[in-house]
Amino acid sequence: MKKKRNRQILAVTWLFVGLFFAMMGYTCHYAVTHRQTLMNNSYNTRQEILIAQNSRGSIYAAGGQKLAETVTDGEGKETRVYPYANMFSHAVGYASNGKFGIEAFANYYLINSNTRLSDKVANDVAGKKYPGDSVITTLDVDLQKIAYDSLGMYSGAVIVSEPSTGRILAMVSKPDFDPNEIDQIWDTLINDKESSVLLNRTTQGLYPPGSTFKIVTALEYIRENPDSYSQFSFQCNGRFTHGEERINCYHGTSHGSENFTKAFAKSCNSAFASIGLELDRKKFGKTLDELLFNQELKVDFAYNQSKLAMDENTTDSDVMQAAIGQGTTQITPLELNMITAAIANDGELMKPYLLDRVETADRSVVKQFSPDSYKRLMSEEEAQIMTELMEEVVKSGTGTKLSGLSYTAAGKTGSAEYNKVKSDSHAWFTGFAPVEEPQVCVTIIIEGAGSGGDYAVPIAKRILDACFEE
Amino acid sequence: MELYITELSKYFITLFIACYTLECFLVFRFQDEEQRKGGYIRQNIWMFLVHFSCFLVICFETGQIEYLLFYVLQQILLFSTIMLFRMIYPKGNLLIVNNMCMLLSVGFVILTRLSYERAIKQFFIVTASIIIGMAIPFFIRNIKFLKSLTWVYAGVGIAALGIVLILGSVTYGSKISYSVAGVTFQPSEFVKIVFVFFVASAFCESWDFLRVAVTAVLAGAHVLILVASKDLGSALIFFVVYVFMVFIATGRWIYLFLGVAGGCGAAVVAYRLFSHVQVRVQAWRDPFSCIDDAGFQITQSLFGISSGGWFGLGLFRGNPTSIPLVEADFVFSAVAEELGILFSMCMILICISSFIMCMNISLKLQDRFYRLIAFGLGVTYIFQVFLTVGGGTKFIPMTGVTLPFISYGGSSVLTTLIMFFIIEGLYIIRRDEGDKRAKTRKGQNKRQRETREGGRPRRREYEEEA
Repeated sequence: MKKKRNRQILAVTWLFVGLFFAMMGYTCHYAVTHRQTLMNNSYNTRQEILIAQNSRGSIYAAGGQKLAETVTDGEGKETRVYPYANMFSHAVGYASNGKFGIEAFANYYLINSNTRLSDKVANDVAGKKYPGDSVITTLDVDLQKIAYDSLGMYSGAVIVSEPSTGRILAMVSKPDFDPNEIDQIWDTLINDKESSVLLNRTTQGLYPPGSTFKIVTALEYIRENPDSYSQFSFQCNGRFTHGEERINCYHGTSHGSENFTKAFAKSCNSAFASIGLELDRKKFGKTLDELLFNQELKVDFAYNQSKLAMDENTTDSDVMQAAIGQGTTQITPLELNMITAAIANDGELMKPYLLDRVETADRSVVKQFSPDSYKRLMSEEEAQIMTELMEEVVKSGTGTKLSGLSYTAAGKTGSAEYNKVKSDSHAWFTGFAPVEEPQVCVTIIIEGAGSGGDYAVPIAKRILDACFEE
Repeated sequence: MELYITELSKYFITLFIACYTLECFLVFRFQDEEQRKGGYIRQNIWMFLVHFSCFLVICFETGQIEYLLFYVLQQILLFSTIMLFRMIYPKGNLLIVNNMCMLLSVGFVILTRLSYERAIKQFFIVTASIIIGMAIPFFIRNIKFLKSLTWVYAGVGIAALGIVLILGSVTYGSKISYSVAGVTFQPSEFVKIVFVFFVASAFCESWDFLRVAVTAVLAGAHVLILVASKDLGSALIFFVVYVFMVFIATGRWIYLFLGVAGGCGAAVVAYRLFSHVQVRVQAWRDPFSCIDDAGFQITQSLFGISSGGWFGLGLFRGNPTSIPLVEADFVFSAVAEELGILFSMCMILICISSFIMCMNISLKLQDRFYRLIAFGLGVTYIFQVFLTVGGGTKFIPMTGVTLPFISYGGSSVLTTLIMFFIIEGLYIIRRDEGDKRAKTRKGQNKRQRETREGGRPRRREYEEEA
């Protein structure tokens, strides 16, 4: 009897000890993993302590150029200075009026100071704040400048990334603003509903993808017909009618007799509308989800979800529109860039990132970020087939302005109609180079410019030239 | 210079308390209190170092020398407590006393940082409580009629809680205290002890179904009054303590399962019936969705805990005063923020070691009544720690109970001190039992002495008894 009772007391003891260990483990884990998000919460007054104690750290480009720094004048007044002004407005963002861009998601690093204790002591003696940690981004000033200048007066977005790592090399969104003046222009900017200047179009802008979406349609067709897609043939007379719905090719051009590669290269709407009708809508919907449509993305920066839902209940006319990237489909340049980068990287998508490392003011590394696989979007074989299709676009299709250069390129153009009444279209291009060993992946949209081949491809060429034509 | 001291002290303070905590568990290696003496002395040294370095930092950070005087007073109090206890009760357990003093000194440090005025008030309450408490082991050992007062305990408990419900002032939505001559009492704190005595005495002679039924009605009355007072934390403690004590008293698992099932059922009913329960559950599940009202406290607490990191921001370097009720219900978060997560984990481990010692005493006691009391008080103590730490860290919904010895609050600290001194009394009774047996069994004297003490029950001994 006594023995039994003792065992029961021991059981209760272990029960509580176990409960406490679970609680302790949970607490440590929660506190350590949520430290940054909790610190960035606007209800957390502890930010003020750090801000009062440390001066905000600087933001650097990959090449070491200063993109943002805090300057303190003789009276201790701090000003945030952005040497490149408008050029990095959306990528770097701003640090007042709420925060945006790198200023927002790297805020935790920027307001902390891990500088040497002796430095802190010296600053204490001098009555100065401790220097905050700086972040070194993946952004390349030269590429950013070319992308920025190339867009000119147009509204639009350019995103350049490295497919094998996910590093974002350039991120331009227009219209832009001067972050140095953010406090003065803030009211005007937020009241201006029309041009939505503050929106980072590369990651938040939702556009109809137009013909660039044929990458997705083609991929799904290959998946469903792995053995027979190469036998595909179509006779294009400039339009395709199914029931009530009529799909026109761009500018009503008749492409004549086509195989799969040609239909893709020439961006034949009629052929793809008919392909769309053949697809299994449930499987297509699944592929879309796998390609990160309608999903939350694992990225640090602010973004919008690209949207296109499809299932067995989707109507014929909706499928035909979706197959050529029109209708209700909405995509961000980031999403398109991620799909393209996955094709360039043998199907494996690397997580896009903007921060390379965090350093103290005296340049010792606090934290190094390394490339991280996001997920596999398609098989190596599928990526290979898509690369060949996209190569043909440049060789003989809508992207020939990129052919005959010292490097090889692959891509897809798009001219997305966004206004039913007028035939205005956004010019799209997404692609990568060199084809053999892709190093750069470029996605461009120019709002209301016209066809992708005429307006977006030349910008891609300027960027790729800068990378490879020395 | 100051910066070097305050920055480096973070690591030293953590190191000191880690060493103390290690000793807390290392003493269980030995079976004999005599062999543990070295560990206890080392504990006193670590304890002194933690306390001293914390106040050194406080003085540097504030630049005020009066804190030094306050520190000296505290040091005198803690030192004389330990010395006096050793002198008066040579048979007493020093781990319990050491842990008590260690936790009290952490309490003084964090209260001084949060509110100097309250820390001073707390100091006087603690001093008075220790003076009262010192006599308790003597009474526990010598008063023999304690186990015959079953119905008196129940009457006193229900009456005290009932009076609060009827007369008590409303504090934070719960009626839990009343004032006599300017001093505010929170009877639910003291009734916890009376309640444990009630259950222990009820089951010390018989433990049949009738006993269980009758005590269940009376225990239920306690709990219901507390629920009516909206003091859910205390209600939960009473309930859990009762269920576990019945389990140990009867030795039947079925009561534990029934209790747990009944508790879950009651929780669901409470959730359906009371909006304040729903609010708390909501604030636990997703505090950030209601950060403006119900989730404010818990999110502020989480901000505090997470901002400190492993070694803390350092005393006076954080912002724990942004947490509402930080001195009472959320003191753990303040400790984690400024002294570090490691420090606060050591603090919890110290509480666990006190609990284990308490269970150990319960295991070894021969007398049913005393063994149930040791068990009941241990569960009361550790469950309260669990509720307050778990609530502040979002592990469980917040119930609003204090962290024993650390939190500000006279009733809380007095009650916990009394509990610990009662446990000391029980420990001394246990050693008396051992001595008696040793006398009667001279032949086995030597073997008995080896096995009498210690953290692990020696099966052999009980087999012999049976």
